[in-house]
Amino acid sequence: MWDYSEKVKEHFYNPKNAGAVADTNAVGDVGSISCGDALRLTLKVDPETDIILDAGFQTFGCGSAIASSSALTEMVKGMHVDEALKISNQDIADFLDGLPPEKMHCSVMGREALQAAIANYRGEEWVDDHEEGALVCKCFAIDDVMIRETIRENGLSTVEDVTNYTKAGGGCSSCHEGIENILTEELALRGETFVPGGASKKAKKKEALVSLDTGAPSATPMTAVQRILVIEQVLEGLRPALKADGGDVQLVDVEGKNIYVNLIGACNGCQMAAMTLGGVQQKLIETLGEFVKVIPHTEREAAEA
Amino acid sequence: MSDIYLDNNATTRVDPEIVEAMLPYFTEQFGNPSSLHSFGNKVGFALKNARKQVQTLLGAEHESEIIFTSCGSESDSTAILSALKANPERKTIITTTVEHPAVLTLCDYLETEGYTVHKLKVDGKGRLDLEEYKKLLTDDVAIVSVMWANNETGTIFPVLEMAEMADDEGILFHTDAVQAVGKIPMNLEDSSIHMLSLSGHKLHAPKGVGVLYLKRGVRFRPLLRGGHQERGRRAGTENVTSIIGLGVACEQAMKHMEYENTEVARLRDKLQAGILSQVTHAFATGDVDNRLPNTANIAFEYIEGEAILLLMNKAGIAASSGSACTSGSLEPSHVMKAMGIPYTAAHGTVRFSLSRYTTEEEIDRVIEAVPPIVAQLRKLSPYWGDGKPLENPEEAFAPVYA
Repeated sequence: MWDYSEKVKEHFYNPKNAGAVADTNAVGDVGSISCGDALRLTLKVDPETDIILDAGFQTFGCGSAIASSSALTEMVKGMHVDEALKISNQDIADFLDGLPPEKMHCSVMGREALQAAIANYRGEEWVDDHEEGALVCKCFAIDDVMIRETIRENGLSTVEDVTNYTKAGGGCSSCHEGIENILTEELALRGETFVPGGASKKAKKKEALVSLDTGAPSATPMTAVQRILVIEQVLEGLRPALKADGGDVQLVDVEGKNIYVNLIGACNGCQMAAMTLGGVQQKLIETLGEFVKVIPHTEREAAEA
Repeated sequence: MSDIYLDNNATTRVDPEIVEAMLPYFTEQFGNPSSLHSFGNKVGFALKNARKQVQTLLGAEHESEIIFTSCGSESDSTAILSALKANPERKTIITTTVEHPAVLTLCDYLETEGYTVHKLKVDGKGRLDLEEYKKLLTDDVAIVSVMWANNETGTIFPVLEMAEMADDEGILFHTDAVQAVGKIPMNLEDSSIHMLSLSGHKLHAPKGVGVLYLKRGVRFRPLLRGGHQERGRRAGTENVTSIIGLGVACEQAMKHMEYENTEVARLRDKLQAGILSQVTHAFATGDVDNRLPNTANIAFEYIEGEAILLLMNKAGIAASSGSACTSGSLEPSHVMKAMGIPYTAAHGTVRFSLSRYTTEEEIDRVIEAVPPIVAQLRKLSPYWGDGKPLENPEEAFAPVYA
């Protein structure tokens, strides 16, 4: 069963603006082949002011498709069409307090219907530039098409490359077999052979949670400066992946086990932020060999205020 | 009012009597059946008894033909991989397009390893073409794997006949009978079936136990090697409690076989007729005259299955769907696709699967609850107009697909 937010359930059980707007002058019909879902969005736009006066939807689709459609109509009513065009699929998902990664395409369908309807209102032809493929990485909602395109554009050849450029595989790592299969096919197209990394990556030694005290002397702990240098190194290594998404991370302070960072650019306010921080924390724990907590600096400010 | 469970092809409730029989083996009789002492010895005898109970339900000739595994999927993998290992010169597998992923995904993987996989097609009612099958039975075939009954539609396949045809050509025949065991009487002794998979939790035993039936004399290579358990054919300490539960479940299934095929079938028919008489543009999928007594798969056109399930769940009714969204996969059920059911109907399929615990009162409640749910969702559908589909729905609404 999906973990739907209360907001999604509310918009599914009691959808707003269901049905077509009677005297519509903007219609957008789009579908998501990946889910078989389809949506007709009808708008009534004031030709004098370009303000959206009314919106209605008809959806053939699952719970989150219906909820996304309902949310979209609520969001656009009263908006200027230029403003409405700025709504991203992430905005729709945020309005619903998030969607499961497998269901993000439902919000994409909503955004596309809106673009199609406004193009229809302006007498333009709407061209879809978005192609969707099978979901590969469930941690970061990265699909097959995106991975292949990134591999081709950047001539990638390892799973690590793919993770650095797309984030795919950077979470739980259970999709690595899938990524390897994609690499095998893509490399074959360029006449190369995929060479897996092998099992040589030695796991960093971690402190056991429970240990028997043998009285052996422990390793000398790092100085504060050494620790900060190591933390910076780890962040540097993660930067390409974040930058690929138009974001970045900045070290603000280190206080014992608490490491304060700022997420900037596209990372700031991204729904995946928590997951990104989780990934940063995991990497730091592995590298430092101790438990640390990565905390957004904004939360510290909020706590101290 | 308690909730209604009509998803018994997914899993079943463990009968209280079965739980009772299992309990002592967690506490008092906890020994390892391989041990010589009294703690283990008694458990060993209990396992032997459970094996006999399974043997009786399957109509197997020898109790040593029963190998306990951890689940249906393990049994399937063991059977297919064993056949390939035992016949290394044969590189072809025959199966069907509508198998359970336990077989299909393995076969797809084996294809990447260089094996040839023939997937038999089905017609609009989910039936196989035995002429096509006959032509494929060549010297290169290591194993045929065909399910006894389909999990989504309940359609029953002529596995006895197909096993004989394979046997005549000296080819191994395996059947995934996970949905059929306990619902269809079996007498494997008189059949040409070489291997059969079953899963405990589909017949009111607990999850985590399965069986591979292996006809005596069939060449076999284990999947798990190690200890001498299951006569060296499946290493690993036995899941004793669940095996004991499965034994009792098999005994109960024998007792209820007639009820399952009369009363449960009657309720199923009533459910299907009750829904279809009230809902237009809906139909039962699969071979409705030749299917499991407990299963009805109904396609509701122009609406989507997950939405139906969510509203049914709110009304306290549990079922499942072949829509893409319920599984998180991209395509609607491969079974519906194989039968050529159009997209707008395949996405709206709902599987109702009953059990011997299903009551008439529950069926009446479902018949009452489902039609308004369908109507509610159709009101939202772009394919649907004033109480009926738009004229030429696929043309009237032709979205740009991404």
